[in-house]
Amino acid sequence: MDTNHTEIPLLETRGLTKIFGSLRACDGIDLAIAPGEVHALLGENGAGKSTLVKMLFGVLEPSAGEILWKGAPVKIGSPGEARATGVGMVFQHFSLFEALTVAENIALALDGKVPIERISDEARRLSVEYGLPLDPSAHVADLSVGERQRIEIVRALLQNPELIILDEPTSVLTPQEADKLFETLAKLKAEGRSVLYISHRLEEVQRICDRATVLRHGKVTGACDPRNETPSSLARMMVGGEVPEISGAGLGEPGEVLIEVHRLSAPARTPFAVALTDVDLTVRAGEVIAIAGVAGNGQSELFDVLSGEVTVAHADSIRIAGVAAGRLGITARRLMGCSFVPEERHGHAAVPTMSLSGNLVLSRYASDRKTFITGGWLGLINTGPVATATKRISSAMDVRKSLVDPPAGSLSGGNLQKFIVGRELDRQPRVLVVNQPTWGVDAGAASRIRQALVDLAKSGSAVIVISQDLDEVFEIASSISVINEGRLSKPEPAATMTRERIGLLMGGFHDGAGHGVDPAEVAHAH
Amino acid sequence: MDIAQNILLTIMTAATPLLIAAIGELVVERSGVLNLGVEGMMVIGAVCGFAATLLSGSPWIGMLAAIAAGAFFSLLFGVLTLSLAANQVATGLSLTLLGLGLSGMIGESFVGSAGIKLANLDIPVLGDIPLVGRLIFGQDPIFYISLILTGGVAWFLFRTRAGLTLRAIGDNHASAHALGINVLKIRYLAVMFGGACAGLAGAHLSLVYTPQWVENMTAGRGWIALALVVFASWRPWRVLGGAYLFGAVSIGQLHAQALGFGIPSQFLSALPYVATIVVLVIISRDRRLTLMNTPASLGQPFVPDR
Repeated sequence: MDTNHTEIPLLETRGLTKIFGSLRACDGIDLAIAPGEVHALLGENGAGKSTLVKMLFGVLEPSAGEILWKGAPVKIGSPGEARATGVGMVFQHFSLFEALTVAENIALALDGKVPIERISDEARRLSVEYGLPLDPSAHVADLSVGERQRIEIVRALLQNPELIILDEPTSVLTPQEADKLFETLAKLKAEGRSVLYISHRLEEVQRICDRATVLRHGKVTGACDPRNETPSSLARMMVGGEVPEISGAGLGEPGEVLIEVHRLSAPARTPFAVALTDVDLTVRAGEVIAIAGVAGNGQSELFDVLSGEVTVAHADSIRIAGVAAGRLGITARRLMGCSFVPEERHGHAAVPTMSLSGNLVLSRYASDRKTFITGGWLGLINTGPVATATKRISSAMDVRKSLVDPPAGSLSGGNLQKFIVGRELDRQPRVLVVNQPTWGVDAGAASRIRQALVDLAKSGSAVIVISQDLDEVFEIASSISVINEGRLSKPEPAATMTRERIGLLMGGFHDGAGHGVDPAEVAHAH
Repeated sequence: MDIAQNILLTIMTAATPLLIAAIGELVVERSGVLNLGVEGMMVIGAVCGFAATLLSGSPWIGMLAAIAAGAFFSLLFGVLTLSLAANQVATGLSLTLLGLGLSGMIGESFVGSAGIKLANLDIPVLGDIPLVGRLIFGQDPIFYISLILTGGVAWFLFRTRAGLTLRAIGDNHASAHALGINVLKIRYLAVMFGGACAGLAGAHLSLVYTPQWVENMTAGRGWIALALVVFASWRPWRVLGGAYLFGAVSIGQLHAQALGFGIPSQFLSALPYVATIVVLVIISRDRRLTLMNTPASLGQPFVPDR
């Protein structure tokens, strides 16, 4: 560590280590956060960032090493002790209670003495002061992701912490919401509070952070002033090598229409789901259409109707290569040459307890019946060709595993995702629909998956990518559409689309009159 | 008029054990634990209450013994499902089977013994008010406890901080843990409260309803209580409504059988179940409200990672 800071750090760790079984999730971490500093913690998924902050917040117990608060060693045994020390935390996967109100959620994080009526007023006052408006009597289940994050932040602020830890706060926000968050962080800094900001978004870190500590495989690989670095030098510290650029060159002229969605509407199936309204979408051979949007705006609902997991009222609403398919199930659509990769890896795209080859047969037993199934009506699994295909997919996608055919759940997120995408690509589908293809996947694996999607389109297939990651959207898409509250904006060529415009569309500001969103409705939603 | 009063009294007596057991289970389920052993805890309460009454000569001591026995028996469930994270459904079912068997063994020597009834309240002036006097002021003590319990649990769950904590654990135990709430401790307390209530409900059967011990005397009431909790969307006053509706139809169909309307008796016997389910399904049509009240982590074991 460099020691430019002569003052005593607010928080310091020395040799902090956490061991899970044989995995050293954090291995001798040295970190120092000065008072009034916005400190970035950079690293890929699985680098140990979350484990580290969980130890700082008392959720996990360190296996070795020590934590110093204002120069004196402290033991943080529980989140309550962390709060008493002066550490507040905003979790990545929100620790909110959906069935409770905003005020109740906040009350739970505070000491028992304050009556709930006072918490409502206090929360309202603080949220206005920091530019994070909240309605204390609203139920969390009814709120957007951005609003949920505000609850977390206000909850942390109510305890008047000296250090606030934010775990990947912008991964769920629109660019405009992120800007607001940065204003709040500037305000906190001006008050002399420190912020530990966890991210893998380099531009953000360069924009708002004073110093950065980079983690890789549980170890500190660099400490720097991010403003003196370039995104690629930061990426090298994170990844430990160069990340290949995606080459979109060679996407030719679009061919025939392979998917045509026309005025498709579908009601919400649960109170927490989103209804789809008048969705129009045309995808041609050789195109990659990306559907951007903030989580929870109808992405999974759209995926479900495209894949046939949920059938729609009118068969004509969805046409696959000209055939009305709205009433067809997922297997029938697969037999028409479609492939699907849902968002949730465990339990939706793959059965975690089953082997990779078993998972291969589960999604392709019908479309590849001739190869994988034998024995006529007995329907026996033809193990030889299945093993060959598993091996082919694993090597094509560089799936790293310790056994030949391990259970899907034993693979890391990125490796399993590579296998799942590879399993579908291996069929050479004419149409591929994929939801959040690189969510929680490290940069190397993400780059490989994105390249594979572009290559598929080059070979003449139609690809629909639903993604929250704008970098990814711009990297691979030929056209971009935005989903907001179950409505889809008209696709626009990626070359002329801007981040600002996507941000506006994410917020519901459709200028296409066809969608009929009136300004009052937009105002109500925010 | 006496007939109407008597019918109302029997309805209240029939509803009380269901209400108490269901209110206890409601608290357990609100904390995210599904204890299917209500029937077993109830029958243990019934036999222990009866035995302690005969041995001590005081039905009050019997009642306390039933509460203690129910709570202690539920502790067995707590150790298995909370500390050892065993499957809650299987453990709850075994608890019922164990309770039915164990109660038969404990109660063997008491079969046929005459019990001592927990005396009704007897307030001279108020109890003599025509029509409502006996209904309001002349009931058995457990009846009053059941109403206090319902109101108390409703107040506790929705007006106190501890109740908020309990509901939060039932909604998302991982988040509650991350906030520093001791999930297992609160679940233990909830499970034991549920056990104590089931024990008290059993005591009502063997000390008030029919002051004697008959093997298997709960006769499925524990299962009705479990169903009431779910159909009442985990809300205390709805549980009370459901319990009284079930009691009313049960008593009503007995009178109908006695009067002999020519309706097959099997159909009449099934009527309370059908009526209660139909009414509660109709009032819980609002899916949004139901989902808001359903404890999202119900039945999932919690193993903190440390």
